[in-house]
Amino acid sequence: MIPSFSGFGLGLRTPHYADFFDRDVAVDFLEVISENFMVDGGRPRRILRDIRARYPVALHGVSMSIGSADGIDGLYLNRLRALVDEIEPLFVSDHLSWSRIEGFNSHDLLPLPYTMEALDIVCANIHRAQDALGRAMLIENPSSYLDFASGDMTEWEFLNRVCARTGCGLLLDVNNVFVSASNHGFDPIAYLDGVPHDHVRQVHLAGHSQGEHLLIDTHDRPVPPSVWDLYAHILPRLGPVATMIERDDDIPPLGELLAELGTARTIAAGAVRAAA
Amino acid sequence: MSLLALQRDMRDWLVRADMAAAARIQSSCEAGFAVYQNNYRSQLVTCLESSFARTRAWIGEERFLHAAAHHIDDVPPSSWTLDAYAHDFPVTLARLQPHDPEIAEIACLELGLEELFISADGPAVALDHLHDLDWEYALLTFQRAIDLVDLKTNAFAIWSALVAGEEPPASQYLGTPETALLWRQDEQCRVRTIDAMELQTLLDLRGGLPFGAACRKVTVQLGEDRGIALVGQWLGQWLADGLIAAITAQDKPVGSGNPRLEGPC
Repeated sequence: MIPSFSGFGLGLRTPHYADFFDRDVAVDFLEVISENFMVDGGRPRRILRDIRARYPVALHGVSMSIGSADGIDGLYLNRLRALVDEIEPLFVSDHLSWSRIEGFNSHDLLPLPYTMEALDIVCANIHRAQDALGRAMLIENPSSYLDFASGDMTEWEFLNRVCARTGCGLLLDVNNVFVSASNHGFDPIAYLDGVPHDHVRQVHLAGHSQGEHLLIDTHDRPVPPSVWDLYAHILPRLGPVATMIERDDDIPPLGELLAELGTARTIAAGAVRAAA
Repeated sequence: MSLLALQRDMRDWLVRADMAAAARIQSSCEAGFAVYQNNYRSQLVTCLESSFARTRAWIGEERFLHAAAHHIDDVPPSSWTLDAYAHDFPVTLARLQPHDPEIAEIACLELGLEELFISADGPAVALDHLHDLDWEYALLTFQRAIDLVDLKTNAFAIWSALVAGEEPPASQYLGTPETALLWRQDEQCRVRTIDAMELQTLLDLRGGLPFGAACRKVTVQLGEDRGIALVGQWLGQWLADGLIAAITAQDKPVGSGNPRLEGPC
């Protein structure tokens, strides 16, 4: 099992670099997008080394494409392994999705049909990635805008099987659960109650927006009450976890994100009191 | 439907908006196809806009988006990193704007600088032992973080004005083509133009020609005094700019009759 880490963190974004270098910011860890730092050198790598000297860091990827039917890109894994060896991250994570097939890379987190065939492929790919990285990964549930008539099981059933077969952990994105539940008409509580709680090591909290027909996982606004409610529901069911506010667009001053993190801390403290 | 077939159909939907491929996927959430199609194209446009901000400023939003749309139709992304998608855009610009060659040249300058920003780190050679070197047989190793962009137009002047926030000059062909030398010194990406003779000497040295032989190539064209002074000036600039990673001594050829240089020219 992946060691747990209890704390509250933020995604490191460029507008906040100076904040993190100029003062001690009250976060327990920072998460970075792996691909932004899987480069040969230059300022990005130096900044990450400097940040790592001050904070625990989680590496969160968007391009591993663990759902690709033609396997994982070995060169990608080599680069990620080099970064992992240098940074010694808290966690290495990526998404339950695919982006690449036969040399084409969509650079988007495309949905998978939850079939037995897809399960075999995803598990084989995760095994390969974990072997290459020399450690177990966290897999994040995605937001999705398509479902498939060919599915054999729900997403949470799929995640249970993936965790059982590969030993990977879960990065539970509560906003993604809400967005997908709204788009596909399932009960988010059933989802949260159905995931393997003992495998959850990290939680993402974020905001979304209303598209023309669907909710869109935009990460461009504060965490809404609906997502806070789901976080309050799931937290008592989990062991120690690393909770993070994920903001990727319309990035506000750091203080606003720290205030949201304060809300997460308050909910977590309430969960502890309720358990006692 | 196998996963491979589904993923091929999804690719064909994203790249070509192939309706038959989308229909084969069989989703009850048809609005989702448009979401993914929009995500795919808008992300690539954003990538190009970010990588080619000066080019966009030079040609204007409408022409830039037209070129970006062509590029996205013609060149599907293939790398794991979105940064790589910018790589072929100057070629698309050159094809679409054959009568405005400065556009692709400005784009090449931007692309080169962006790629240098994340290129491998390499310390510059220490300057304290250079006087001990046998310069006749010295081999210069240049930094990997160097790029060269051939210019037929005044793209460098246009790019420089755009960076400085000044009114750029009108485009024009140069009387003599030149080359932009791009490099990274510590974390700063830098660029200057060099003439054909400095370019050739730099290429000769990068290709492994000993320093003495490279000097002689220049002195044959310019005469000994002027040639040696010029190569010495270039060497001093390369060292000051951190372009040289190492200087090593080539084994002296047995019975070599080449005249020996007494110090850096």
